[in-house]
Amino acid sequence: MSDATSGLDSGIETAASIPSRWRGWVDALVRSVGPIVLALLTGGILLAIVGRDPIAFYDDVLKAGLFRASGLQDTITRTAPVLLVGAGLIVAFRAGLWNLGSDGQYLLAAAFVAGVAPGLLASVPVAIGWILLAFLGMTVGAAWTIVPAWLRGRYGVNEIITTLMMSFIGVGLAALLVKGPFDGPSTVPQTSVIDPGGMLLNLPDVRIHIGVFLALFVSAAVYWLFARTAFGTRMDVLGANPRAAVHAGIDVPRLILVTFMLSGALIGLAAAVDIVGVFSYMRADWNPAYGLKVVPLVFLARLNALAMIPFAVFFGVMSIGGAYATRRADLPGDFLLVLIGLVLLFMVLTQYLGDKRQRGESLLPRRSRMASVHA
Amino acid sequence: MTLGADRSDVAARRTTPDQLTPTVELIEITKAFPGVIANDHISLVAMPGEVLCLLGENGAGKSTLMSIISGLYQPDSGRIKVGGNEVRIDSPRHGRELGVGMVYQHLSLIPTLTVLENLMMGANPGIVLDQSSARTRLAELASALGVVVDPGARAGSLALGQQQHIEIIKALWSGSRLLILDEPTSMLTPQGAMELQGVLRALTARSLAIIFITHKLHEAIAIGDRVAVLKLGRVVGTMGPDELAAATPQELQERIITMMFGEAHAPDAQVAELREPAVAGRAVAVATAEPLLELVDVSAVGADGQHGIQHVSLTVRGGEVVGVAGIDGNGQRAFAEVIAGQRRQSAGEIRLAGTSIDRTSVSARQRMGLRYVTDDRLGEGVVASWPVSVNLVLKRIGQVPYWNRGSVDRSAIDTTARELIEEFDIRTPSPQTRIGKLSGGNIQKAIIAREVAFEPRVVVFNKPTHGLDVRTTHAVRERISEMTRQGVAVVVISSDLDELIDVCDRVAVLDAGRLVGIVKNGPGAATRIGELIVGAAAPVPMPA
Repeated sequence: MSDATSGLDSGIETAASIPSRWRGWVDALVRSVGPIVLALLTGGILLAIVGRDPIAFYDDVLKAGLFRASGLQDTITRTAPVLLVGAGLIVAFRAGLWNLGSDGQYLLAAAFVAGVAPGLLASVPVAIGWILLAFLGMTVGAAWTIVPAWLRGRYGVNEIITTLMMSFIGVGLAALLVKGPFDGPSTVPQTSVIDPGGMLLNLPDVRIHIGVFLALFVSAAVYWLFARTAFGTRMDVLGANPRAAVHAGIDVPRLILVTFMLSGALIGLAAAVDIVGVFSYMRADWNPAYGLKVVPLVFLARLNALAMIPFAVFFGVMSIGGAYATRRADLPGDFLLVLIGLVLLFMVLTQYLGDKRQRGESLLPRRSRMASVHA
Repeated sequence: MTLGADRSDVAARRTTPDQLTPTVELIEITKAFPGVIANDHISLVAMPGEVLCLLGENGAGKSTLMSIISGLYQPDSGRIKVGGNEVRIDSPRHGRELGVGMVYQHLSLIPTLTVLENLMMGANPGIVLDQSSARTRLAELASALGVVVDPGARAGSLALGQQQHIEIIKALWSGSRLLILDEPTSMLTPQGAMELQGVLRALTARSLAIIFITHKLHEAIAIGDRVAVLKLGRVVGTMGPDELAAATPQELQERIITMMFGEAHAPDAQVAELREPAVAGRAVAVATAEPLLELVDVSAVGADGQHGIQHVSLTVRGGEVVGVAGIDGNGQRAFAEVIAGQRRQSAGEIRLAGTSIDRTSVSARQRMGLRYVTDDRLGEGVVASWPVSVNLVLKRIGQVPYWNRGSVDRSAIDTTARELIEEFDIRTPSPQTRIGKLSGGNIQKAIIAREVAFEPRVVVFNKPTHGLDVRTTHAVRERISEMTRQGVAVVVISSDLDELIDVCDRVAVLDAGRLVGIVKNGPGAATRIGELIVGAAAPVPMPA
């Protein structure tokens, strides 16, 4: 958390000379993009080991996810939930709150939205219906964070455990809701389908719905929250030094509750946008499990909601193009998870080496440096 | 040569001191960090059987130098000789193997383990702990130090002075020839400091070399066989045994101050060091002033195993400085936090200028003019990774003019920051510098600036000058007396008795969370307070 660049920090380099400012940018770029490049290279080696052609695989990924018009549209559409879940995680993480229960918050919100949407959109003007459904998703997502937030704020209970546990319960409960009260007419356990006229508007001639713009707007709003507002600054203080937050007179239990609920609300909004924008119904066993895949991206973006945008696009390409490429290469779809895991691994490594260099040490282990001198 | 192994050196020193090999010799050590040369061609020798006192302001480069000797940092250039042989100390472990033992300013014993367990944890390389040989070693070292140690006592139950003895034993555990002590007396009572002197004498008698880092001139003069003064990374003066023996403490003090600050500053620094009480002539005005802070029978539970406070009653009037003395951990923190509003009181009432503030939040108390200068500067006082400017308004987040309708006004923050930096003489490259990069003294100046600015009525200082150099200490004390002239009520919590005598009108003593007495400052006050601190005063009547 410590190297989250707060909005107020951003003026920090003004006194520094231009070259060191450049170095800061280059450093940030290396730390953000480096892990992805390394993960893709290592993924390529893994592909070669299992007898697939890495070049062809990545070529498929790019073709299906980026260069084909339909793929590009899907990719852009996919950024919407990633940006919203990411914004929710950024809000929590910057305040030092580890909301790892986003899957439960997302699915529960999705279940309520998918259960209520078909009937609601049929009975009110669609625009009002969309707004109501957005609020429904946000409310459910926020509500599912109240217990962990209250336990953490009041009793200091570790929120990593409580959010994870609540997530398991939420995932199960969402399936129960879809099988029970929200079950539709179909023989498989799934909700009724939203009428095509009720789905979010697409841009003219493409399959990109207006939820993408909502997600971009929310990203900008979260960025602004931390860069400019007192509320964002309070969250940043809490994340940077919780004891200083108490000392400075911030009402910490209340701030924890509000932050958690905002985080859950944004994740619930992601669910609403996905259901009303793309999927139109929810099956009982459906779970896109964005949460843990988005976490590494959020850190690569250094908890900056605007910097999250390119990473969301990257995620879109990898998941849309990756689905096609893995099918063509006859690999399980989980290969994408391997790549995400590798990104996480190299991120930690880059961070470690970067920290080491900032402490004035060489990037090379001492022994090998000696060896190279003697060679 | 390990401790206790060789006593012939002592005899050798007495006869032909010049032929001795230095235990550790630093030759032209240079170490630079981005933007600052921490050590600039420093040469020093630590001789066996001698205490080398290292004096210097915050940021003079003492810590860096010690980190180089102990193997934590590598010098950019320069050589280190241990026992006459040139070495490259490339890790703290290597440093220990070469016989460099280090005792840090903050004690690091694990309070729930016994003394013996703490020592075995630190030193034993194997998996199985060898109790009996550890006991033997402990007994050996305890007798070398001239102290009595109960191996089975829980470390947390020992007094700080005793804990420090254990730290020293830990540093000497696997055979040391050089012991480095970083500001060892900063946590100790006067009695503890005296005991430590005895311990150090016992160790030098066994031809151990000691480097003693301190801010306090009188300690350096009392303890040191050699004195070296560091300033801005350079050695600006040294004094050998002959020179130290030839002059009176008074002369030495003046000479050292001149080295540290140059001729011009000598009178300045003397005020803080020679402790001419600044309180005379204030008492008359105080008696008639309004009570600004009243504690009536206040109790609160402590945190982290420290004492809370029980039934504390105290009144502080405008223009008055009331000290709170006591050994660390006797309820000082709970006392301060209850007043600041960070800790809930379990009983009693607190009034600010006659109004009860029991249900008033921290930030509301802050706005009402009740300020708290915490002793935990980096832990809770500042956000270390943030700019000085934002830290200066940390307690005013969301308030005008820095935030208007919830949106930040950076230029307003910057303007105020520049004013405070100027007024409080905070040495920082710019208001945007991360505050954690500043020296301890400048961080403290920033915290004081934040609390004292904007019309304070009551200010609680918790260890205001702990760890600060002479000049900054002087500035802080000046600030306190200036505030009292403006009618502010001040509470100074400190474990430094000299400080309390220097600035306070009255001194209350906390012992195990209870106020055991209030002493009016004047002749004999120090003795009386000291007695109350160590519980040697007439027993307080027990309630029936």
